[in-house]
Amino acid sequence: MSAASALPETGYNFAYLDEGTKRMIRRAILKAVAVPGYQVPFAAREMPMPYGWGTGGVQVTAAILGASDVLKVIDQGADDTTNAVSIRRFFGRTAGVATTTRTCEASVIQTRHRIPETPLTEDQILVYQVPIPEPLRFLEPRETETRQLHALGEYGLMHVKLYEDIARHGHIATTYAYPVEVAGRYVMDPSPTPKFDNPKMDDCPALQLFGAGREKRIYAVPPYTRVRSLDFEDHPFRVQSFDRPCALCGAADVYLDEVVLDDAGGRMFVCSDTDHCEARRAAGHAGEQAA
Amino acid sequence: MYVAVKGGEAAIDNAHRLLAERRRGDPAVPELTVAQIREQMSLLVDRVMAEGSLYDPDLAALALKQARGDVVEAVFLVRAYRTTLPRFGASVPVETGAMAVDRRVSATFKDMPGGQVLGPTFDYTHRLIDFALAAAGEPEPAAEAEPGPDAALCPRVTDILGQAGLLEASPPEAGAPVGDLTREAVDFPADRAVRLQALARGDEGFVLALGYSTQRGYGRTHPFVGEIRCGTVAVEFVPEELGFSVPLGDVPLTECQMVNQFHGSGDVPPQFTRGYGLVFGQGERKAMAMALVDRSLRASELGEAVGAPAQDQEFVLAHCDSLQATGFVEHLKLPHYVDFQAELELVRRLRAEHAAARAQGDAPIREAAE
Amino acid sequence: MTGEITGEMTGVSGPLLDVRGLTKRYGPRRACDGVGFTLHPGEVLAVVGESGSGKSTLLGLIAGEIAADAGTVSYRMRDGVTRELAALGAAERRALMRTDWGFVRQDATQGLRMAVSAGGNVGERLMGVGARHYGRIRAEALDWLARVEIDADRVDDPPTRFSGGMRQRLQIARNLVTAPRLVLMDEPTSGLDVSVQARLLDTIRGLVAELGLAVIIVTHDLAVARLLSHRVLVMRGGRVIETGLTDQVLDDPQAAYTQLLVASVLTA
Repeated sequence: MSAASALPETGYNFAYLDEGTKRMIRRAILKAVAVPGYQVPFAAREMPMPYGWGTGGVQVTAAILGASDVLKVIDQGADDTTNAVSIRRFFGRTAGVATTTRTCEASVIQTRHRIPETPLTEDQILVYQVPIPEPLRFLEPRETETRQLHALGEYGLMHVKLYEDIARHGHIATTYAYPVEVAGRYVMDPSPTPKFDNPKMDDCPALQLFGAGREKRIYAVPPYTRVRSLDFEDHPFRVQSFDRPCALCGAADVYLDEVVLDDAGGRMFVCSDTDHCEARRAAGHAGEQAA
Repeated sequence: MYVAVKGGEAAIDNAHRLLAERRRGDPAVPELTVAQIREQMSLLVDRVMAEGSLYDPDLAALALKQARGDVVEAVFLVRAYRTTLPRFGASVPVETGAMAVDRRVSATFKDMPGGQVLGPTFDYTHRLIDFALAAAGEPEPAAEAEPGPDAALCPRVTDILGQAGLLEASPPEAGAPVGDLTREAVDFPADRAVRLQALARGDEGFVLALGYSTQRGYGRTHPFVGEIRCGTVAVEFVPEELGFSVPLGDVPLTECQMVNQFHGSGDVPPQFTRGYGLVFGQGERKAMAMALVDRSLRASELGEAVGAPAQDQEFVLAHCDSLQATGFVEHLKLPHYVDFQAELELVRRLRAEHAAARAQGDAPIREAAE
Repeated sequence: MTGEITGEMTGVSGPLLDVRGLTKRYGPRRACDGVGFTLHPGEVLAVVGESGSGKSTLLGLIAGEIAADAGTVSYRMRDGVTRELAALGAAERRALMRTDWGFVRQDATQGLRMAVSAGGNVGERLMGVGARHYGRIRAEALDWLARVEIDADRVDDPPTRFSGGMRQRLQIARNLVTAPRLVLMDEPTSGLDVSVQARLLDTIRGLVAELGLAVIIVTHDLAVARLLSHRVLVMRGGRVIETGLTDQVLDDPQAAYTQLLVASVLTA
C-alpha cells in the first residue's frame, strides 16, 4: 500500500467533484441500491478524462471515497495498465487517499473489464466502468422503447439474441457483457467483463456499483443479491475454461491473458489478475515458466 | 522470463513530456501568447467558447494553446474546467432585440427598420490566398464606421412578422424553468430548451451536416433566414439578496432566426414557424445550422411525419456532442484484451467444431446469416 | 350512424370485439369518422375502400397504435370479461397484443425482425411469454414454418433472403404461434404477383378456418374480400358507407359509391 500522498492537488475539492455533485451522485447510488439492476439516470459531470475512459466509474468512486479509504484501480485485471495508472493517480492527486494493488487491502476497487479473482468481502465496494449500460441497446436503439421494455419486464428480445447465437453457432456466442437478471427482476449489462466473471457477481458479499458517464446512468447490485446469467434450459450458461494453467503461478481456475511470444506461433497464458498472480507466486506457487 | 509489457507511470510521464515539447514546436520560433490567439484566432476562440459552454476568451485561448490547436481537445479542457465552477444561478434571459449589432442581415426583406449591416464577414470575399499576409503588416484601416444602428431602431424581423400574426408566437414553453443538460440527465422526449442547449454545445461539423441534410430532403423545412444578427448584449443577474437585476457585463452573440414553412390545422390558421440558433461570439455557420436543426426537431410537435435523422431527437441529441463522440470513439484504443481473449476462445472452439464436423462427413455448418 | 353488424353466424354468445364511434382527425381532415362495428369469434370482416379512405387508420386505431380523438374499442378477454382497451395498463395491452392478437402488416419489414432468422422471428413471441427451452422453441418454429409452407431448411435464414410472398407467410407464422383469437391484416397480399397472391390467400383461408380465427382484413382488392370474408365494411372519406354480408354487398351494392367500386373491378 502506498501512503496517502502528503500534498493533494490544491485548488480542487476532495476527490475533484464539489460536494453538491457528490450528494447528487450518492442519491442516485442509493436509489440504484434500492432497486437492484435498475438504471438510475444521473447528471454526469464533464470530467477531466474522456468519455468512454471511465468517467462514470470515476464519478461513482469520487462520490463514495472517504479520507480513510484505500483505493485499487484495475483495467483488464491489471493494476499497471495505463488507464488504471492514470485513474489511480487522479485520485492520489485530488483526494490524497492511500492506494494499493492488493485486492485484500482495498476498500474501494474501481475496475474496467474484470472482477478480481480474490473473493471480495462485505467491507469492499467494487466500482465498474460501464461504456453502454443498456443491455437491450443493440436489439432496440430507442431509449424510450428500452425503458418501456424494462418497466414491463419484457425481456423476450434478449432471448431472441441468445436463440440466434445457438441457431448460428450451436452455442450462445456472447462471451463478454453477458446479460444477467438481477434479483429476479431487471436484466442488466454487467459491463464488458468476460462471462467468466459472471458467477462472481452472484451472492457477492461486496456492494457492486456501476457507473456510465457518457450515458449518465448508475446501477447497482447490493451485497448478497441473486445474479443469474440468462440462458436456455437445454443450453445452460457456461463460463470459459482454459486448457492449461497460468504459466507463472500455476493457477488453473482463473481467467488468463494470452501473450504472443514470437512470430512463430509461440504463446503463453498468464493470469489476467496481476495481483492474484503475484500473491500466489509469493506464497510459493509456480507455473511452468516461472523464473 | 516473460515480463508483461504494460504502460507504467514512467511511460505516461515521458509521453506527456514529449507532448509538451511538440506543443512548443521549434524553439527558434517565438512562442505564441494567449493574447495573440485570443485576438488573431478569434473565430476559433469563439467556437471553443460556444462548444465549451463557457464565455471566457482568455481561457479558451489558453486551452487552444495547450491543445496544440485541436478544437475538440480545447473544448474538452474548457468543459472540464467549467464542471468545477460553482453555480450561483441563471442570468436573466438576454435581450437580443437590444443587441448592439456589428452585423445584421435578413434574407426575407430587402430593407427593414435599422437596415442591413454587413459588418465583418467573409461573405463576398474572393477566397484567394493573400500572400501579403505572410509578411507582417497592418491592414488598411476600415472605413470610418458609422455609429451602429441604434438598438431601438433595429427590431427583430421575427417580431415584425409576429405582430402581423404571420409567424407563430414563441412556443409556449418559453418562460418555463429552463433545463440544463449539464446538471440533469436528458430525459426523452427532451423539451425544446434542452434541445437548443444540446445544439448550442454540439459539434459544429455535426450540426452543420444535419442542417444541410434537411435542405437536401431529409426532413425538409423550407427555411428562410429571417434574420442573423451578431453583436454584444448585456448579461444581467438577479442576486437573491437584492431582488433586482444587476449588469454583469457584455457578451458577443450570434443569433439566427429561421422562418419556416406554413403550418396550419383545424384550430390554427396557416402561419410561418420558427427555428432558432444562438451561439457565443461570431458563429454564423453554427447559428444557422442550429436553427435549421431546431426547426426539424419540432416536427412531431407540429404534426409532421418524423423520419429523417435531423427530426429524430434521440439520434441528434445522443450524437451531437463532440466530447461524447470523441471519447467513445477513441476509447477503442484502450486495452480490450480480456474481451478479445473471450472472443478468441469462442472462435477457436467454433473452428474446432467446424473441422470436426467436416471430418465426420457431416453437412458443413451453415454459414452465419450475416 | 353506421349500420352495425350483428353477426350470429358463429353461435358464440356476445361479440369478441366491439368498436364504437372511432374518430381520428389530422388537422382539418377526418381520417376516421365515427366508425363502429362488432366482430364475433371466428368471423372474418373485410374493410374495403380506396387508398385514403381511412381503412388503415382504422386498423391502427383498433390496435391502439394511433391515439383516437373519440370512440372506444372493447375486447372480450380470454377470461370472458369484456374490457375497454384504452383502460388497460400498458403491460396488459402489450401482453394482449403479443399473445391473443396478431397484426400482419402490408410492409413485412415492419412486421418482422429483418436481421433475425425465420426461426427467431417465429420464436420471439414464445420467448416473450416465458419459453426457455431452445429445442422446444425451435421445434415449434419448424412446425409453424411447415404450416405456412416454408421449407425447414430456411429456418436459420433471415427474412432479408425471403421473397415477398415468403415474408408474408413468415409474418403469419410469427403471429399465429401463440394461438391468438384475433388477427388484424393490413393489405397482406398487395404488391405480390397474382400467382403468389393466390397461394397466400389459400394459406390464410385454410388457417383461418382451421383455427377459427376472427380476422379484420383491410384490402383495396374486392376479390380478396370475396374470397376470405364473411362480412364487408365499405369506407370512403373516413366514414362507413355500407356494411353487410360479403355476397350481398358485392353482388347487390346499395350505396352508389359501392356500386362504382364493384363495377370498376368487373370492368378491370
